[in-house]
Order: sequence, then structure tokens, then C-alpha cells
Amino acid sequence: MVEGVNFEFSDEQNLLRDQARGFLQDECPTTLVRGILDGDDSYARELWEKIGQMGWTATVIPESYGGLGASYLDLCVIAEELGRAVAPVPFSSSVYLATEALLLVGTEAQKEKWLPKLATGEVVGTFAISEGSGRPSPANLNTTAVDGTVSGTKIPVPDGDIADFAVVVAASQRGDGASLYLVELEGVERTSVATLDPTRSHAKLTFDGATASVMGTEGEGWAAVEKLFNRAAVLYAWEQIAGSEAALEQAKEYAMGRYAFGRPIAGFQAIKHKLANVYVKNTLARSNGYYGAWALSTDAPELPIAAATARVSGTQAYYFASKENIQTHGGMGFTWEFDCQFFYRRSKLLSVAIGSESWWQDRLITAIERGQAA
Amino acid sequence: MDFKDTPEEAAFRDEARQWLEANVPADDALKGLDEIERSKLWQKRKYDAGWACIRWPKEYGGRDASAIEQVIWNQEESRFNVPSGVFAIGQGMAAPTMMAWASEEDKVKHLPPLASGEHIWCQLFSEPAGGSDLAALRTQAKKDGDDWVINGQKIWTSGAHFSDYGILVVRTDPTVAKHKGLTYFFFDMKSPGVDVKPIKQISGGANFNEVYFTDVRIPDSQRLGAVGQGWQVALTTLMNERAAIGGGGMGVGFDRIFELAKRVNIDDRPAIEDRQVRAKLADWYCQESGLRFTGYRSMSALSRGDTPGPENSIGKYVGASKTQDMASFAMDLLELSGAVLDSEHGEESGIYAATYMGAPGGRIAGGSDEIMLNILAERVLGMPQDVRLDKGIPFNEIPTGSN
Repeated sequence: MVEGVNFEFSDEQNLLRDQARGFLQDECPTTLVRGILDGDDSYARELWEKIGQMGWTATVIPESYGGLGASYLDLCVIAEELGRAVAPVPFSSSVYLATEALLLVGTEAQKEKWLPKLATGEVVGTFAISEGSGRPSPANLNTTAVDGTVSGTKIPVPDGDIADFAVVVAASQRGDGASLYLVELEGVERTSVATLDPTRSHAKLTFDGATASVMGTEGEGWAAVEKLFNRAAVLYAWEQIAGSEAALEQAKEYAMGRYAFGRPIAGFQAIKHKLANVYVKNTLARSNGYYGAWALSTDAPELPIAAATARVSGTQAYYFASKENIQTHGGMGFTWEFDCQFFYRRSKLLSVAIGSESWWQDRLITAIERGQAA
Repeated sequence: MDFKDTPEEAAFRDEARQWLEANVPADDALKGLDEIERSKLWQKRKYDAGWACIRWPKEYGGRDASAIEQVIWNQEESRFNVPSGVFAIGQGMAAPTMMAWASEEDKVKHLPPLASGEHIWCQLFSEPAGGSDLAALRTQAKKDGDDWVINGQKIWTSGAHFSDYGILVVRTDPTVAKHKGLTYFFFDMKSPGVDVKPIKQISGGANFNEVYFTDVRIPDSQRLGAVGQGWQVALTTLMNERAAIGGGGMGVGFDRIFELAKRVNIDDRPAIEDRQVRAKLADWYCQESGLRFTGYRSMSALSRGDTPGPENSIGKYVGASKTQDMASFAMDLLELSGAVLDSEHGEESGIYAATYMGAPGGRIAGGSDEIMLNILAERVLGMPQDVRLDKGIPFNEIPTGSN
């Protein structure tokens, strides 16, 4: 690569973005996000149903499984708009993780059973890896699998309270020390877990000999996790990129309308330079997001580098944009009444969702050492 | 989305690459030549074959190439270690200004020698009293018959000591508001009364100069734009003072620091195994990658025939601090020997120390970090301009540090 110039989304993808943005402006206003934040619902059920009807959950699922068989670039565009709207739906768990895991290592029977229903959004899947504090690795997995059953505790599991099934990472005596299992969650003990972002629900799942079917090959689960995370990282990054841009937009709008010392605070260099620096980080993140989107959509050998690059940039940009948005708002920025909190909460949740910043920094250098460079 | 050229672009790239491969001078051919001689040799060779200033009209020495062809050429040329810097201001800033404002006679006379490398031009805008606040400049011009007589001082003039011509903004009327009393000229740097004094930088280099004007006479025919229209003409020049898209960066970058971190040890293990080192390297990789793909986005816009967005204007701001931080970090990895300049005893001939000492200039020249942030905030984000206390006040009544 590294020459040539068609580095842009297509007209159709740009149209999809406009449509998605318009749809979410109507169907996912900040009042809806606030309703989930303040209320008892785990997610915006009606919005989720409409998203299913729009076919967003079906985007990259092959037509033979009831999907649209569209490009991952389309899915990046949808991720972008869901991120911009801070949408309170289980899209990332069900699409970026569960659907991707099935596409990556699902058996034919598993795919036939679940993909058509994931495509319509009538079922929600999730991915269960965390077992409490610290960075997951094959060495510290306490969840075990014996004779087609899984036992152990996963906490926190995104959308674990509402998901129909989970892809569970369990310890293995073989290979790379981990295996993936598909576990239906009916009958599994689940307890809601409060997190800093109540607009995305989490749960503790306790498996006690739950019926499980292996995905892919026993003892090759950790390799599958890494592949899955590389793919999901690009999609998470697009949510992060657009969230960063929405936070910047909110900060700028406030600064233009907020007067102090006889003029808009947007005229002070302290604010101008702050927001210009947000713009710089956002621009780097967006450009790296293009790289990730290209690598994901073409299944390029550079994906490990491109994904980590997009992920690190997206995480850094969103953290910076969301905290400086609050700072720009002054005292009102940290009140419950204002919406700045949505971005601040979501940016942190996304940053720890599939491996933290330092984990991805390390993965990036590892990928470069392995010569997966462009 | 892909990284492919259109068929026409691919054909152009092939043609450019083939010519470059056949014509880039071998090291032997350049032996004994100084930087300016090397630059002139390469520029003339390009000019004779129709590969100089390709975006320019043919009648002025160019090739009538499109913007995207220019980008492709920049990419291909940057694969080779050929000199280019000495013509950057003349070809990149003076020439577009001449094209927009000079008479046809002057364009035909002056643009071809700029393209061929025969003439080197410099830009005389900044003054001791007018840097970021460029329009506060004080060098004065007074009309005397058909000439203007110039007195005053310019500063930070790159390449003034080897330039043949200069572009110049001066104050022709101090009794009107700051921006309204300026006039723009081009002139012969060898004119009597022009005195060039190099400024020694902390890096040891002397790329910049002070230029003193003592009763320097410039014919009125070398005025660009009307009397009092100098600011408007200067904006044409300044709009071209942005990083070219598609060229390659050299020097201290990720690849070099990555290799260094593999080679030197921390606690008897390669530094690259240290988590902190990896985190820093990852961040710099992300910055370089972000800048590279930002450039690609601008190229894509050009390829479609669109005007690139403002995203490319982050390059200089991000790049300058990155270079400074990387050079500093590289010396940390080398511990005390990182400070050694002697190539016999120091790692990589002191390149990190040299870069470290040059980096502060990078963050100032061509728009300081702070000016770049102002530009991003005002022109990209649409935030208000700073309050200007000198607005509308006659120039000679504006408060200064000395009155």
C-alpha cells in the first residue's frame, strides 16, 4: 500500500452516515440517553428494535445467514453515529463482539442458530472475559470447561443482564491456555453490576455447570480473542472518534454562547487553544480510524497495527475531548443536569471495554516488532 | 476505500518514477559540491526535462500538471535523497504571489529562472517589532521620483545570504490603520544598501538572517498590487506557507527511535522491552500514522477534484513537538553518551543532540505553536478572533514597548 489516493468513504457510505445521523437525532436524542441514566431500564428497548428494523445489526452478516453481507466500512459508519449519539443500546456487545466471534470461530450449527436472530436484533449476544480486577490472560482465567459445561464467575459482562447468550472465555489445559464457549444464558445466575456509565448495563454471570458448546478449536481460544479484539477495536474506535467530535462540538457551542468579561469565552486563547488541541487529537484519531477501517474491510495483514493505532488514538482523543468539554463548561459541566457527563462516562467505559490504553500501546509495538507494518 | 491510483494517476506515477530512476544524480556526480550547487544541479536537470514546478503553466517553466499529479510527484521524488530546500520559499511562496499580482512581462522574466533554479528568492516579512503580529512591521518606504527608498530592518529571513531576489512588505503610510499602510515589492537582493547578517542559532546553524535596509532604491515598477494594498498581497504569500502534501519526512522519527530502543539496554535488557518505552513509542507511532493518513485524506480530496479540508493544517504543530520529544527521549535512552556530539564517541554522530537543539526553532518558524492553535481555533472551529486593541487606530498612534 502507501501510495495511491482513494482514501475516503464512498458516496453510498457518506449517504448511510447522513441517514444514520438523522435517524439517531430523531430516535436517540439526549433526553433518551438521560432516561436510561436516570431510570431503571437497562437499555433503550424501542431504539434497539428500530435499529434491528433498520438492518444495522445485520450489516456484515452474510446473506446466507439472513444478513446484508455489506462492507465493514458500512459498519464503521454506523459505529461512528452510534458513538456520536452515545446510544444506550447493546450494539457493541451483540455486533462487534458476539456476532464477530461467531463469524470468526463459530461452528456451522452455531452460526445457523444465532446469526439470523442477531441479524434482526431479536437476540442479543455478548462476550464474557473479565473475572474481576486486572488484565485478563490465559494464566489468570478461573472459569473452567468440563464435558460440555462451563463453571466460573464473569464480572463485569457488558449487557450480561439482557443477553440471550454469551461467548465465554474459559481456561484450557491445551494450546494457548484458553477456549471459547457459547453459553445460553437462560438459567444462568445474573446480577446487575452498576458501572460509571449506567447508559450501558453490566452484570455478574455465575456459571455452575452451564451447558456450553465449544467455538473453534479447544486451546486456541486466546488467539481467537486477540483476532476478535483486533476487529472489534476498529469498531470501538469509530464510536470513540465520533464521541470525541460530539464532545468538541458541545464544548465549542457552549463557549460561543457563554459570556464572561463582556465577551464569549470562545474568544479567550485559554479556551481557543484548549479546543484547538482537542481538534488536533480528534483529527489524528479520525485519520487513524480510516486506516483501521481500511484494514478491517479488506482483512489486510496490517490489521493488528491498524487496529491498535486506531484504538490508542481513539481512546486518547475521547478521554481528552470529554474531560476538556466539562472543563470548558465550568461549574455547570459537572452537574447532573448537564449532558457533558454522557461523553465523560462513555469515553472511560469504551477505553476499558476491550483492553485498556496501555494494553493496546503494548500490542501496537508487538505488532510492529512482528513486522506487520504497512 | 483503497490505496490505489486511478489509471491516469498510475500512468503518471510510472512516468515520474521512471524518469527519477534514470535521472537522480549518483553520489559521485555530487561529490565536492555544496548544498546550493547540488540543489541547482538537480533543479536544472528537472527543468530541462519538464519536471520542475510541474503545477505551473508551461509558459512560466512548468508542466500544467494537476494538484494530484503534484502530490504524486512529491511522493515519488521524496523516495530519493535529493536536495530541495533552497528553492522552497521562491517556488512555494514568491512564485504564487508573482503569478497572482505581477505584470505579464515580469512573470515571463522572473518565473522561468525560479523554476530552473537559476535564481533563489527569499521572503522579507518579519521584523523585530512584527513577528506573530506581522502587520505591525515598521520598515518604511518613501516615494522618490520613480523609485521607493527603503529604510529599516527585517529578521528571520531564511536564505537571505544566498538569495538573488526578495519579496518585501514595507510601511508606506504610518498615519492609517496598521493593515492599510502596507505596500508589497519584489527586488534585487544585490541592490546597494542591503546588508545581510546571519543569526547564529542555538543549534549552531545560521539559516536565518537579519537584513538591514539603508536607502535601498526599488523601482515603482516592482511594486505588486496598489500602494496600501500590501497586506492583501501578503496574504497570497502566506496562504502558500503551508506544508506541502505528500512529501516524506526524514530525520528523527519513529523508525529511528524504534531501532535505537532495540539496540540499547535498560537494566541489561533491550530498552524496547520496557513498558514505558513501548508506551511512548506507541504514542509517537500513532501521531505519525495520524499525520500520514491525514495527508492521504487530503490527497483523496484532490484526486476527486475537491479542495482538501483544514485537517492538514495540524501537521506542523504536531510534528514539531513530536520531533523535540523524540530527540530528548532518544538521548535519555543513550544516557550520558546521548549528550556527546563527537561522532567518534557519540551514538549516530550526535543527531539527537542536533535535533534537540534545532527543535525549538521548528516550533516557532512558519507560525509558532500558539499561532497555529489560534489559526485552528479561528479558521477551522470558527471561534472568535482575539480582541485587537490596535484595531482602526492609525499605526503611528499604536502603543509599543518603546513609547
